[in-house]
Amino acid sequence: MGRRTPLYEQHQSLGARMVDFGGWDMPLHYGSQIEEHHAVRRGAGMFDVSHMCAIDLQGEGVRPFLERLLANDIGKLRIPGKALYTCMLNEAGGVIDDLIVYDRGEHGFRLVVNAGTRDGDLAWIRRHALADGAEVRERADLAMIAVQGPQAGSMLAPLLVDDARAAVLALEHFSAAESGGWFVARTGYTGEDGFEIVLPASGAQTLWRELLARGVRPCGLGARDTLRLEAGMNLHGNDMDEATSPLESGLGWTVAFDPAARDFIGRSALEAVRRGGGPERRLVGLLLEDRGILRAHQRVLVPGVGEGEVTSGSFSPTLERSIGLARVPRAAAGRVEVDVRGRLLAARIVKPPFVRHGKPLIAL
Amino acid sequence: MSPSKIPADLRYARTHEWVRERPDGTLEIGITDHAQSALGDLVFVELPEAGRVLGAGEACAVIESVKAASDIYSPVAGTVLETNEALVSTPETINQDPYGAGWMLRLRPAESGTADGLLSAADYQQILQSESA
Repeated sequence: MGRRTPLYEQHQSLGARMVDFGGWDMPLHYGSQIEEHHAVRRGAGMFDVSHMCAIDLQGEGVRPFLERLLANDIGKLRIPGKALYTCMLNEAGGVIDDLIVYDRGEHGFRLVVNAGTRDGDLAWIRRHALADGAEVRERADLAMIAVQGPQAGSMLAPLLVDDARAAVLALEHFSAAESGGWFVARTGYTGEDGFEIVLPASGAQTLWRELLARGVRPCGLGARDTLRLEAGMNLHGNDMDEATSPLESGLGWTVAFDPAARDFIGRSALEAVRRGGGPERRLVGLLLEDRGILRAHQRVLVPGVGEGEVTSGSFSPTLERSIGLARVPRAAAGRVEVDVRGRLLAARIVKPPFVRHGKPLIAL
Repeated sequence: MSPSKIPADLRYARTHEWVRERPDGTLEIGITDHAQSALGDLVFVELPEAGRVLGAGEACAVIESVKAASDIYSPVAGTVLETNEALVSTPETINQDPYGAGWMLRLRPAESGTADGLLSAADYQQILQSESA
């Protein structure tokens, strides 16, 4: 038996097909993954993301500590409530995890990290925090629900107390507000408008049931994966890991090399790559032109250039075609072939995202 | 999840295919309700060419759900007569009607009576119960 979130019984009573995900028993879908996907693109869906981990950091040394720990620069966070997407690197420049860091003003900072990496992340963070005088608190007492889709705001708003409602609806993308023990961020992993609500575990079932009663569709990890892939968002463990750098994972934009004096972990390794002319490989989007389905680890053949590998692949419910992300030689462009179960199928390198705000962004 | 439908008049394979014996002695093959439910929304089907000779237990088709690809094995030896081409554009038919419109292929068995050696509905039911236990 895996670890269970505070919403485990809700998933069971909704008839979810449960799967193991990073040691957690999580819903894969509640009947139809594709209908759940469309609900988020067209209306509103909700995800139990309580398996992800909130880590609160406080103390005198917290700013310098995060400036060293994270590849993006928390110096960009100038207003309490603002959020930043960043990688946490090892000394070799490999991606230990990708995460969102929130500036909570006088309450310090909150990191939200992936479920599969949470134990390793915590050990890494604690080891480095000891030297820097930052207090690290794993918030296992909190649950997280993501409400995503064009109707997410109108579904969530009536469930908030008056002063919180106005604040939440006024939130800019990638910022958060706190009220009455709830932490509501306008963030997500779907390419749609939406909110991630971090709240005491004891209140999670009530919020879930109220959202359900308002018609918000429960969505599982299956839809979460196709939504994030259409949105061109990386999945740690698939598209990057400790052996790949952000520069070869489509995440160069999240690495802040300025100011030059900020000595974040992994910096010297990434600078060596840049001095050497940049990474040899890059992460690209793939659109399969033949019939079939792209899957992780399939071989990508780039005529005259070399080979690469699909890192994420699936069927895109919005495009009704197969799409993927692939790590290919830097010079790769245009048409490629993918070895799909022993057959070479035609695919095209494209620039993600594939879909944003319900609209296809790729010419088929 | 609701209990899987297992029609009594069909034969079954451990690999979750069903076999229907037709009056002319040919066999119709598809996947069970349990299999379609376990796979989830199907989005791709690859069927064998008519005329292909299959051995018992040979992989003869591929179906892919949003999540993963699965091989379909021919429960008996025989020659492919025809395949359900409508599934190529509407693979979700298998989810909606696994024992009817979702049939996948028809074949002429290498030997008559081979379907008799397959699992009965009751046997298959037992296998599902032992798998879920």
